[in-house]
Amino acid sequence: MKIHEYQAKALLASFGVEVPRGELARTPEEARAAAQRLGGGVWVVKAQVHAGGRGKGGGIRVCRSLDEVSDQAGRLIGRPLVTPQTGPKGRLVRKVYVEEGLAIARELYLGMILDRETRRIVVMASTEGGMEIEEVAARTPEKILKEYVDFSVGIQPFHVRNLAVGLGLTGETAKKAHRFIAGLYRAFVEKDASLVEINPLVVTAAGDLLALDAKMNFDDNALFRHKDVHALRDTDEEEPLEVRASQFDLSYIKLDGDIGNLVNGAGLAMATMDIIKHFGGEPANFLDVGGSADREKVKAAFEIILADRPKAILVNIFGGIMKCDTIADGVVAAAREVSLDVPLVVRLQGTHVEAGRRILAESGLPIITAETMREAAEKVVQASRGKVRAG
Amino acid sequence: MAIFLDENARVIVQGITGGAGSFHTRQMVQYGTRVVGGVTPGKGGTRLDDVPVFDTVRQAVKATGATATAIFVPAPFCKDAILEAVDAGIRLVVCITEGVPVLDMLAVKPIVDREGVRLIGPNCPGVISPGKAKIGIMPGHIHLPGHVGVISRSGTLTYEAVDQLTKLGIGQSTCIGIGGDPVQGTNFMDCLSAFAGDPDTRAVVLIGEIGGSAEEKAAAWVRDHMPDKPVVAFIAGQTAPPGRRMGHAGAIISGGKGTAKEKIECLKDHGIDVAPTPADIGATLARRIGHLG
Repeated sequence: MKIHEYQAKALLASFGVEVPRGELARTPEEARAAAQRLGGGVWVVKAQVHAGGRGKGGGIRVCRSLDEVSDQAGRLIGRPLVTPQTGPKGRLVRKVYVEEGLAIARELYLGMILDRETRRIVVMASTEGGMEIEEVAARTPEKILKEYVDFSVGIQPFHVRNLAVGLGLTGETAKKAHRFIAGLYRAFVEKDASLVEINPLVVTAAGDLLALDAKMNFDDNALFRHKDVHALRDTDEEEPLEVRASQFDLSYIKLDGDIGNLVNGAGLAMATMDIIKHFGGEPANFLDVGGSADREKVKAAFEIILADRPKAILVNIFGGIMKCDTIADGVVAAAREVSLDVPLVVRLQGTHVEAGRRILAESGLPIITAETMREAAEKVVQASRGKVRAG
Repeated sequence: MAIFLDENARVIVQGITGGAGSFHTRQMVQYGTRVVGGVTPGKGGTRLDDVPVFDTVRQAVKATGATATAIFVPAPFCKDAILEAVDAGIRLVVCITEGVPVLDMLAVKPIVDREGVRLIGPNCPGVISPGKAKIGIMPGHIHLPGHVGVISRSGTLTYEAVDQLTKLGIGQSTCIGIGGDPVQGTNFMDCLSAFAGDPDTRAVVLIGEIGGSAEEKAAAWVRDHMPDKPVVAFIAGQTAPPGRRMGHAGAIISGGKGTAKEKIECLKDHGIDVAPTPADIGATLARRIGHLG
């Protein structure tokens, strides 16, 4: 799960991580009032969307008067923001974060993520703050410092000393790095984060260390023990069909193609997308109905797939413990109830496959059947081009 | 022979009285697995069919001599359940449950390793040595005893591959679903080195997917340590968009790393045949081992 910058900063501040003072605003008037309360002569108005690259997309505006703050907030709020990460349609900005301006001396990078290979939490730092870390990694990998932290003992002072030396932090600033990085680590493990990224981490002219930006992602599997984090979910930032799918406990991801597919199992679902592509089609989605799909779930899955207006649909089920006749019942019932108007190719394999195929055949529905994955993929690609009909 | 599991395993089921636990206990018994007991705290003294239920794993081990466990408890309790099994002396722990927090696995994994316990999963279909025993949720009847090892990060995609093999008349020695999570008890390398030492396994099918670099490591290991046993592979997720978790917690392309393309190229560079589509996994192996079907 992702959260907004302003939410991440509030959370990190509660762990002793220093962040600039700021306030959230939903209107230009609120932005102006926020700036007035913050005081000073320079403010930054930042669009709050779940996408990186906001600076490049014009979502971060430096303002030198209260009029400018409300003016810039007005230009951001209610309009889509296009960044390198949003796609051409952009993301609608619903709120902005107004922050005090800082006298910045240096911009650094700091990130934390789980390293799967070493099974440690890796703390990454770089002097190249404000840049995409992937770009830095590709161009100048030697500029990325890495400290691997064993989860059983947690972060140690030597990790931070290594990083401080590598970043050229000295004196009081180096001391502040201990509090900052330890706070970040504590937030990571206590809240089951999957990613924390401070880009840039700034050193001010006065030698203070602050998180000028903050990004946090969380382990979805651990949200059950963090009601406070779960409450930060902003479904406005998610694809509406994906939000609907999550309500039915369906694993669904919308894609750009025109062949919908409904599959049991994540690996088989990915493989089904791949074979559609292999035969010249473009998958419209990833959808795993899970291991215990009943009629209601299959119906919900169909509705979600159809809402995306595909040209054809492929149902690919390997009945293991889940029996093919049960699935066939669900597919037939769902296809009737949602009044299907695009070609439907169904491939059943596994337990009770004969009974399942009989149910499809006797349903009277124009279902195109297939025995193997290859046949199913070929047929659905043809059907999406209007070349195959049931019968 | 087989790896990790054979007909001598004495198996208990943690979470035996739950919906999935009781259903799959019966399936395992039907397949011939020696299920000697079950554990559900508070249900000790009852039975599921002929299987006695205990309150703790320690009681179950003492009364039944159990050596292996299948874990079906809900995700929030899996860390506790795995550690309880390890503490009670269980040697093979198969955790089926999906949705275990990754930090729980970070805490559990070093302890499991230190105690020399074989943990498979979580978020996996389990392990089956066809004709001998199964611990997990895979449909037993699609398997055929034989000499090909199967290792996979997936569930139903593995069934698809096994079904293709069986229909070609190619049997399996052991099939292991290692699970779709970023931190796993057993990884590709653990399975490969066990297969390398198993005289009964003559070839291996490896089914990977996007995310991480386990497939690349496996490819290098195969070239250096198992040149005599043919390996074929399939990688799912060639069409997966970057930055999205494709159902499995571990199936994500992050920072441009872990793509299917780089995995496939690496496997091929190391002499491993990669099936072009999921429909060709069985045929690719058959070709590689000269099996005429």
